[in-house]
Amino acid sequence: MKLYALNMIQPVGDPPPPEVLGPVMAEIAKIRRDLEREECWVFGQGLHGPEASTMVRLRDDEVIATDGPWTEGKEHIGGVTIIKVEDLDAALKVAARIVRVTGLPMEVRPFQGEV
Amino acid sequence: MIEEVFREEYGRAVAVLVRVFGDVDVAEEAVQDAFAEAVRRWPADGAPPSPAGWIITTARHKAIDRLRRENARAGKQAAAVLVSAAESAEVHAVADERLRLMFTCCHPALGMPARVALTLRLLGGLSTAEIARAFLVPEKTMAQRLVRAKGKIRDARIPYRVPEEGELPARLSGVLAVVYLVFNEGYGGRDGLAAEAIRLGRVLRGLMPDEPEVLGLLALMLLVESRRAARRRDGELVLLGEQDRGLWDRGLVEEGRALVRRCLEIGRPGPYQIQAAINAVHGTTGDWGQILRLYDQLMVVAPSPVVALNRAVAVAEVDGPEAALRVVEQIGLGQYYLFHAVRADLLRRLGRDAEAAEAYGEAMGRTEDEAEKAFLKRRASG
Repeated sequence: MKLYALNMIQPVGDPPPPEVLGPVMAEIAKIRRDLEREECWVFGQGLHGPEASTMVRLRDDEVIATDGPWTEGKEHIGGVTIIKVEDLDAALKVAARIVRVTGLPMEVRPFQGEV
Repeated sequence: MIEEVFREEYGRAVAVLVRVFGDVDVAEEAVQDAFAEAVRRWPADGAPPSPAGWIITTARHKAIDRLRRENARAGKQAAAVLVSAAESAEVHAVADERLRLMFTCCHPALGMPARVALTLRLLGGLSTAEIARAFLVPEKTMAQRLVRAKGKIRDARIPYRVPEEGELPARLSGVLAVVYLVFNEGYGGRDGLAAEAIRLGRVLRGLMPDEPEVLGLLALMLLVESRRAARRRDGELVLLGEQDRGLWDRGLVEEGRALVRRCLEIGRPGPYQIQAAINAVHGTTGDWGQILRLYDQLMVVAPSPVVALNRAVAVAEVDGPEAALRVVEQIGLGQYYLFHAVRADLLRRLGRDAEAAEAYGEAMGRTEDEAEKAFLKRRASG
């Protein structure tokens, strides 16, 4: 089996209002339950926006932490789901289900190695 | 002899080896080694009774030898592969695995240029240099493209599998698109590619004999190819209606028409079948009413500006150039030389000579093909 990260690509800005978000989250929960039943689910969680991030980097010998990411993009990774499936086709199928619900594009990226 | 076996069997051998060893690079190298061995031995020993079987068996041994050597050097990582290779080689040695490999090469997760290059490389056995020449890119660029595509197949684990029924129509149309793209590159003068596309089309027909779009694409390619010798005269493009039919390849015409008839029997029309039917009508009755009806049908199942432009040509014959010009003016294809060529012809027929001359100029500025230029020049002056 192989691990894939499904990265939800989200536009910068406020999330949709609860009456829109609510049904979406309910559908996502259903997908998660299906994946858990099929033993494909590994992990999944939404991320706070980049405004909540802190960058840690090495400058000379000193490690410094600064506010925010390096660049401000128009979109960012809004959430990560990790699944364990047979191959890319299976991963694409899961991503397709999620994309249909959220309407947001999704990056499907393989982890190195096997599990 | 070896060259012929190479053309016919390279793809099959690679596909079998990919199936057994699960790795494109191992498969390619082993099959190339096997052919190198054939070059050394067949001239002296004579060709084996089953050249294809000999190549696959030899390639399998070469791959196992190589994995053993690497195994000894790198520890036991390859051991599992060796065990499964020894097992599955027995079962799958004679099965035709090309269809799986074709779906892998044409996977939607790969970019179109990568799909085309992989298909020609792995199934057609073309060298990287040949593919690079055909697509007018530096060999180094093509080599990188192939390495990257093979890397993605391995790392993202694109499966070697014929898609299940639900996905098949969409995925099959992706495979057919690659074959047709190869053919069209060949149509632009690079003859080897057209032949290669037809060969791939025949392989697909053999593997999926009841898929009407597979038959439709092969029919379309055969009918277009059949007119190759008649398409140019003295370095100038010759339109279908003015071609010397004696120059058409009768064998290809008959084969193409038989496939069109078979599609009609199956009764599940699709874009390639309709285009093949249009070509068949062009070559027989030339009934423009029927051609227009087929284009109407094509606009329903596969609408595109290029189809709309071709349809406009049929409209001109059925309803006159004025009606056709109204259709053409609605099509946004200003970058395409044929758009201007069609428009110019309609304007010429309507006696609007100044506008026609301008449109011919636009068309000539948008094609590099000398035969097309010569044709446009004569039309513009006549």
